[in-house]
Amino acid sequence: MIPLSDFLVLGAILFCLSMAGIFLNRKNVIILLMSIELMLLAVNMNFVAFSHYLGDSAGQIFVFFILTVAAAESAIGLAILVVLFRNRRAINVEDMGSLKG
Amino acid sequence: MEHIIFYIFSAILVLSALMVITVRNPVHAALFLVLAFFTSAALWLLLEAEFLALTLVLVYVGAVMVLFLFVVMMLDINLTVLREGFASYLPVGALIATLILIEMALVVGSKNFGLDSVAAPVPHAAGYSNTQALGNVLYTVYVYPFEIAGVILLVAIIGAITLTLRRRPQAKYQDPSQQVLVRREDRVRIIKMPSEKKRGKT
Repeated sequence: MIPLSDFLVLGAILFCLSMAGIFLNRKNVIILLMSIELMLLAVNMNFVAFSHYLGDSAGQIFVFFILTVAAAESAIGLAILVVLFRNRRAINVEDMGSLKG
Repeated sequence: MEHIIFYIFSAILVLSALMVITVRNPVHAALFLVLAFFTSAALWLLLEAEFLALTLVLVYVGAVMVLFLFVVMMLDINLTVLREGFASYLPVGALIATLILIEMALVVGSKNFGLDSVAAPVPHAAGYSNTQALGNVLYTVYVYPFEIAGVILLVAIIGAITLTLRRRPQAKYQDPSQQVLVRREDRVRIIKMPSEKKRGKT
């Protein structure tokens, strides 16, 4: 059998990779959004692993809700991205301040 | 056998995640993210979370990533500007990520969560339905969070539409509220006038 720690370490690796992605791609909003999706995937991996090993289905319910919120978040994030591109003709993060008001 | 499957799929998952954050083209990054989601769906099948694995493929690969690809291809992005600072951030980012990974691995490693502390669960019987078990809990205990999730999706729909909707001044629009509110006086004008004599009749 695969121990629980293997799944948890896999989730930790994914989380650290996506955090490094946020550090490295400071200018690119698209890659930032993708890194956030990867982070949520890492968290979901931990939830599912704990749910399986502890025999409690509450963890899978929480993954369900996280999927919902992540879908909503990426939809709104991409909408903001489209507005930013329409106003500035670029998707640089530093131009985000020009969207206020 | 399970070990081999697990290690192959986790290697693919980690490699594709690495490609997502380092690859130059955002379209390639989105495609590698699709690969990552597929692979983790396979890993969730190993964990007997069949419903969530299928939901991950349907919702993420089918909807969210298609949305990403759609937006990435719709925008005309200058790639050279976006890569500025990648090399300069690389040492610090890699260092911090490695440190946090080591710290997390110390906490969640095999010493605390190995097989001797958390025993492997017994597999479910052949007739067990993961979807039915989830549904039984979701619609009884978690029914209010479920409804709030629906409201969140509605807010996301309205928010995305209002953010991207723009009115073009030269285009012509219908205004349904004005159409409904129109009265008879606005459209019909009744004129009193004397009747005219018939002409041309002999």
